[in-house]
Amino acid sequence: MSELELADRARFEQLVLPHVDAAFNLARWLLRGRADAEDVAQEALLRACRFFRGFHGGDARAWLLQIVRNTCYTWLEKNRPMELSMEFDEEIHLQACATPETLAIAGDDRERLILALETLPPRFREILVLRELEGCSYKEIAAITSIPIGTVMSSLSRARRQLCSALANSSTKGAVREV
Amino acid sequence: MKCNFADTLLQCYFDGELSGRAAAEFERHVQHCAHCATELVDLDLLRGSLQLTQLYKPAPASLRRTINAYIHPVAPSRAVSQPLLWHWLAAAAAMLFIGIVLWKASPGLRSDDYQAELAGEIVEAHVRSLQPGQMTGITSNDERVVQGWLDSRTSFNVSVRDFANRGFSLHGGRLDTIEGRDVAVLVYERNGRPINVFIWPTREKDNPPRTGARQGFQWLDWRKGKLEFCAVSEADTADLERLQELISTSAQISRESH
Repeated sequence: MSELELADRARFEQLVLPHVDAAFNLARWLLRGRADAEDVAQEALLRACRFFRGFHGGDARAWLLQIVRNTCYTWLEKNRPMELSMEFDEEIHLQACATPETLAIAGDDRERLILALETLPPRFREILVLRELEGCSYKEIAAITSIPIGTVMSSLSRARRQLCSALANSSTKGAVREV
Repeated sequence: MKCNFADTLLQCYFDGELSGRAAAEFERHVQHCAHCATELVDLDLLRGSLQLTQLYKPAPASLRRTINAYIHPVAPSRAVSQPLLWHWLAAAAAMLFIGIVLWKASPGLRSDDYQAELAGEIVEAHVRSLQPGQMTGITSNDERVVQGWLDSRTSFNVSVRDFANRGFSLHGGRLDTIEGRDVAVLVYERNGRPINVFIWPTREKDNPPRTGARQGFQWLDWRKGKLEFCAVSEADTADLERLQELISTSAQISRESH
């Protein structure tokens, strides 16, 4: 294990530290908990620090997020293996397809949106977070998740459809609860 | 009614991933396709919900503090450049070696076999310390940072204290290997001169300090609480003795408080 040399330290601060928010945000959405996310994001950042010599330029955010993602999945495999095998039943969920009206209502309801996003399988959740919250391009998502760009496109399409239907479902349940 | 342009192409357009020509072609298509137009509105509403709800979670301040402490442990005003620190550590390791050789020359203090082994290891430590790239260490005046750094790397507990108010300011720590075991090294500064305290576990009984000098360097060795300490420096023996007292007293207090 090697520590950062003085020159590397300055480069690390300049290139990687601006993306600490991105690292935490991705970990927060993958692990769905603030305390776990902080621990895992910290582990990922320290790992990035240790392996920084292996980073030879390029997109520092994608490089860091790749490490965060891998650290999150390793953590999930160890602590909550059930979540990784979670399958989303598209047949059932797609029956209630979202309309612009239900989405507009959901837009006012923060909790409902968080719940809907957290209901998605991790692999769809991460792709939505990277695209919609982090503003990553398809190419960047492919680099971070190590999946082919064609799969990024189809996964994103399915993830969006599932989120819509999860929102529609949760708004129906919410209406029932309110009665 | 499903449209051929739907799904990925529509989505690529929405995400700004289509080339200029392909985008223009798609825009011409949307003017006549109600399905795609509706889909675009839905995608936009979804994005709006996600972005307006402030789902983005910025990192907590505690995470930033931890990372900053890890990569930038020293306040700039008290920073010592790494090469200088390694230079002193190399000198200290050489000194310790001299101390050990001297020790070995004094019969009755320790068993010769043990001494020969230890001396051999310290020669290796010395050689390693001459290669800066091979060293691992942390430069910090924060006792918790140095403590955390050592705790995560050693199997034994070293109590790290900064005695800046008593004239011995903590400068950092590093690891070395002697007899195949991790040896912690604490670096202090006294009147501008570094003092290195090598610490490793021992099974032997507590031992009062022994001192020695060679070529202008002083060393002081003692055992306490199943740990062996060896402080080496250019500083006066009286200074090493004061540091030894401070370390022993603080270890005593921290044990009693637990």
